[in-house]
Formats: sequence, C-alpha cells, structure tokens
Amino acid sequence: MTTTDPTGTNTRTAARVPGTVRAAWLVVEGRWIWYRRNWRSSVFSTVLQPVLFLVALGLGLGSQVRPGAATDGLPYLQYLAPALLASSALQTGSGESTYPILSAFKWQRTYHGITATPISATQVLAGQLLWIALRVGFSAAAFLVIAAPLGALPGPGVLLSLVFAVLTAMAFVAPMVAYSATIETEVQQFSVVMRFIVMPMTIFAGTFFPVAQLPVWVHPLVWLTPLWHGTELCRDAAIGALELLPALGHLAYLVALVAAGVHLGRRTFVRRLEI
Amino acid sequence: MSGNGDGGLVRARGLAKRFGDFAAVRGIDLDVRPGEAFGFLGPNGAGKSSTMRMVACVSPRTEGDLTVLGMDPLTQGPRIRARLGVVPQQDNLDTELTVRENLYVYGRYFGLSKSVVRAKATELMEFAQLADRADDQVEPLSGGMKRRLTIARSLINDPDLLLLDEPTTGLDPQARHLLWDRLFRLKQQGVTLIVTTHYMDEAEQLCDRLVVMDGGRIVAEGSPGELISRYSTREVLELRFTPGDQDPAAVEGLAERVEVLPDRLLLYTADGEATLAAAHARGVTPLSSLVRRSTLEDVFLHLTGRTLVD
Ligand SMILES: Nc1ncnc2c1ncn2[C@@H]1O[C@H](COP(=O)(O)OP(=O)(O)OP(=O)(O)O)[C@@H](O)[C@H]1O
Ligand SMILES: [Mg+2]
Repeated sequence: MTTTDPTGTNTRTAARVPGTVRAAWLVVEGRWIWYRRNWRSSVFSTVLQPVLFLVALGLGLGSQVRPGAATDGLPYLQYLAPALLASSALQTGSGESTYPILSAFKWQRTYHGITATPISATQVLAGQLLWIALRVGFSAAAFLVIAAPLGALPGPGVLLSLVFAVLTAMAFVAPMVAYSATIETEVQQFSVVMRFIVMPMTIFAGTFFPVAQLPVWVHPLVWLTPLWHGTELCRDAAIGALELLPALGHLAYLVALVAAGVHLGRRTFVRRLEI
Repeated sequence: MSGNGDGGLVRARGLAKRFGDFAAVRGIDLDVRPGEAFGFLGPNGAGKSSTMRMVACVSPRTEGDLTVLGMDPLTQGPRIRARLGVVPQQDNLDTELTVRENLYVYGRYFGLSKSVVRAKATELMEFAQLADRADDQVEPLSGGMKRRLTIARSLINDPDLLLLDEPTTGLDPQARHLLWDRLFRLKQQGVTLIVTTHYMDEAEQLCDRLVVMDGGRIVAEGSPGELISRYSTREVLELRFTPGDQDPAAVEGLAERVEVLPDRLLLYTADGEATLAAAHARGVTPLSSLVRRSTLEDVFLHLTGRTLVD
C-alpha cells in the first residue's frame, strides 16, 4: 500500500542534519541574503554616523586640542579614531541585539520556522551571534577604510583594534541577545537599556576623553563596562603600545562577558523555542 | 484502530503536555500508519497544536511515549525533523525576504545543496501558484498567498511526513480546493499527512482516519464514515425558527436525539421526512425545514457540544 519505510532513509532529496558549525553558518547565510540587498539602509547609522563624529570631533574640535599626556601624545584625531571604532562597533551590535531578536521570536517568528528544520535552538543562537559579529566587523572595516585617508589611523595596529572592537561589541551583544530572548512584550526595556546603559557608556567609557577626568567614585562603574576595556585595547593596539598583563586582563573580562552571554542565551533560546 | 504500533509513523502512548500547571494534552494514544491521511478535529484549545508540536519535535513531551518515524523526538529530534514538513498554525515566513529567498534559505537549513534548493524552489513556486510573485518581498502578500508559501516551504525537503496545522485557514475556496488536490497527490506518492482543521468538509475530503480531541483528550477515533455511523443517525432534520422561538419540548420523542442551536432544532433520526411529517402533525410550525444526511459536524456537535467553526 505504501512505499515509505518508517525507519529507513528513503527521502527523495538528500536532507541531512548539518553539524553545529555548518548549521550556524546556514543561519548566517540566511541573514546575508537579506543584508546583501538591504545593507544600504543601515550604512548611515553604522558607518557614516561614526565618520561624522570623527570629522566633527576629531578634525573640528580636535584642532583645538594640543597633543599631550592626556592624549597619549597623539593628535586628538588619532586618539579618537581607534576608540570610536570600539564605540561604534558596540552601538551597531546593540541595535542588532534588541528589536531584530524580539521580532524573530515574536512578530515574524522566524526562529520558530528555523527550529522546525534539523537546526536546533542553540544553533540558531550561534548563527545569530556569528552574524552580528560579522556585521559589526563589516561596519568597523568600512569605518577604517574611510578614516585612513583622513589621517586618523595611528598605524597598522588598527587591524588588531578591529578584532578587539568586534570582541568589545560581542561582550555587550551576547548578554543582550540572551536578555532580548526573554522579552514577551516590548514595553520600555529596550529604550531603558539604550538610555541608561549604552548611551552613558559611549560618553563616559573613555572614548572622547580620559576616564581620569571623571570623579573618582565613577571609575569603578566605568571599569564594569565592556567599552572601557575595549577602548583601552583598541587604542593601545593602534599605537602599538599593548602591554601584556593589562591587555590580558581586558581580554579576559571581555571574553568572560561573551561566555556568560552565550551561556545565558542558550538557556533563554531553548526555553523560548523548545517549549 | 491499530492495536500494534509496529510500522506506525507516529506512535504515542499516554502522551501528555503540561505548560506549568495547565495540562494541554492529557494522555493520548495515537497510531498513524504510513501513507495515510490522519486528522485532528477539536474545538479551540483542545490541544491539537500542542500535540502537533510534540510530533514535530519542537516541543518536548511532559509524559508518555512518543516515536516519530521510528525515532524518539527527545534524542533524535534533528534527524526526525530532517524528514518532516511542517505547516504551523501561525505563519513564520521571513517577510523581509522574497518568495524565492524564503524557499531557498529554508531548503538550505535541511543541508540541501544550492543547486537542488534553487530547482526545488522554482518547482514549488509553480506548485503554490506564486511564480509570478517569485521576486517580490513577502511582507505585502495577501494572507492566503503567505499561507500557500508556507505550505510550499514545508515541501522543500520532500518530507516523508507532512504536518499541517489548520493549513487552509484564510484561504479562499479555490485555493483550498487546489491545496486538497495537491495534498491528495502527495498522498498518492506515499507521503503521510497529519492535518488539523476546523472544517469538516476538509476532514471528510482529506482524512482516512481522524480523532476528535476535546480538553486535551481523544474523545473519538475512526474514519469519517465510521464516526458518523457510530455517533450520529443516518439523517438529520433541521427545523429553523426565529431565534428564541424554538421549543425542544414540542418535538420530544420524535427523534433519537435533539440538539438545540440558537436558531434551530436538529432532530437526529433515521428517516427525516417521516419525522418532519410527525412534527407537522403535532402542530410544530418552523420557519423552514431541511432534511440532510449526517456529517462530521453532527458528530462533533454530539461529542463536544460545540459547532466546528464557532
Ligand atoms: N506555550 C504555551 N504556554 C501556556 N499555555 C499554552 C501554550 N501553548 C498552548 N497553551 C494552552 O494549551 C491549550 C491547548 O492549546 P492548543 O494550541 O494546543 O489548542 P488547539 O487545539 O490547537 O486550539 P486552536 O483550535 O484554537 O488552534 C490552550 O488552553 C492553550 O492556551
Ligand atoms: Mg491550534
């Protein structure tokens, strides 16, 4: 009566179960297909906006700043550029880890679509994070390409800064994605995060002026932010002044945040998708 | 009913699902045989989708045994899902992608090669009559077109078992008939179908066998014909009244069973015309009357006390 063997594998197409790395990569591929048609719409906020900051503050305001100890002896433009790289990477990442995640769970339910295939909730998370890292990386690279002819880059060490900038962004993105996955109805959570965490961080974590200028009681708060650690790394890498122990400390803190975010994200994704 | 589960594509024993304290599925037994079309009927909240999601290996069971395609969803979920096609109750297309891209991206998740997915996407767009919208974004498509795309997408991996949760809700009659025709053909190719629906004509057309669920339990099981002969009479006499005017006492004893609807009395009887004559003889004067054969709707009404589409 039937040709189907319930325990066999006689499917007509060769459907397979992709391994975790491949599965994550397929999720990236899905996002890429969208991005390659739509990247223009995000270029302003992710690339041009930081470039405008660089021009206005680095070239404009910076012309009034005398290089000195506070700027590590650099022209203000070069003092600013590597830090702006980290800061804009974090901002790009934060945008990608709020509404797009909520939407994929709640409005479009695309994650539910993906987990009906051989791909699991954890692999969806891996793919999503990988995609955000790549996207942050593209934007940061574009920023460097524009900043170079402006004379804003202190040296080839900025290529290492690029890697650190992506890590900095992910240190915020991974926990944020884990949190976004818990939101059932968006009320104020995202604007609270933007206003009270991301915004103050981008202003006070050492991007535009040394943290030493802030009151002493603020310092521990600054040290908690991933951006401060990232800024230190990016700036020192750019001028070739990385010191082993501090650098390892900063890296360890950022990696720990990523790891914590991934760990929490696995739980929140599984809880939301495999219910 | 099949007593042994051997060879069953889906086999459940005491299958249960709880969300916190709430029991959505309260211990059901199922045997879906290879090549058949199996239906779930039931009122809103009966637990149909919860059951479908467990079978689709996206929702872990709380209790009981379940095997799908001979494997356990808890341990072999991805391998099972590789061979399933799923049409969820709520569409979950990527509305920012085009029709073609939706099919392409989805096919890739099954580990299919780019060239296979491209060819398959083109074929499925023909199938779903969406070829002329191939490169349009999904967002502005009508609800029915999105539904058709979801159905097409579920076939991208040539599934052995197709799970359709209210597949035709929101489709116009023409699209529904088209889909029934396609599903029928898939069945002929040996694909096993599990369908939930609120449309009894759909259940009668499509399903070899079905279960009626209510409150998380299976309350009846059989072929449409069996269910009708078991739970209903051959004919039904419908007497229509101005709402509120009907008086069940007036027809007492005339039929095996009487259902009272807001504007009608349904008299379950072997011979509708004879019962109508008897009612007239008693002086019952409805606005209009109709004698028809029993349908699944009557079975459903009898078993759950509710009409199918409420
Ligand atoms: N994720 C969930 N969390 C809590 N309760 C749930 C969840 N999913 C379903 N339920 C509850 O379980 C019950 C059964 O829901 P289910 O969706 O399975 O019903 P259904 O038969 O598919 O109904 P419908 O015909 O309306 O689609 C409902 O009372 C529903 O509220
Ligand atoms: Mg349902």
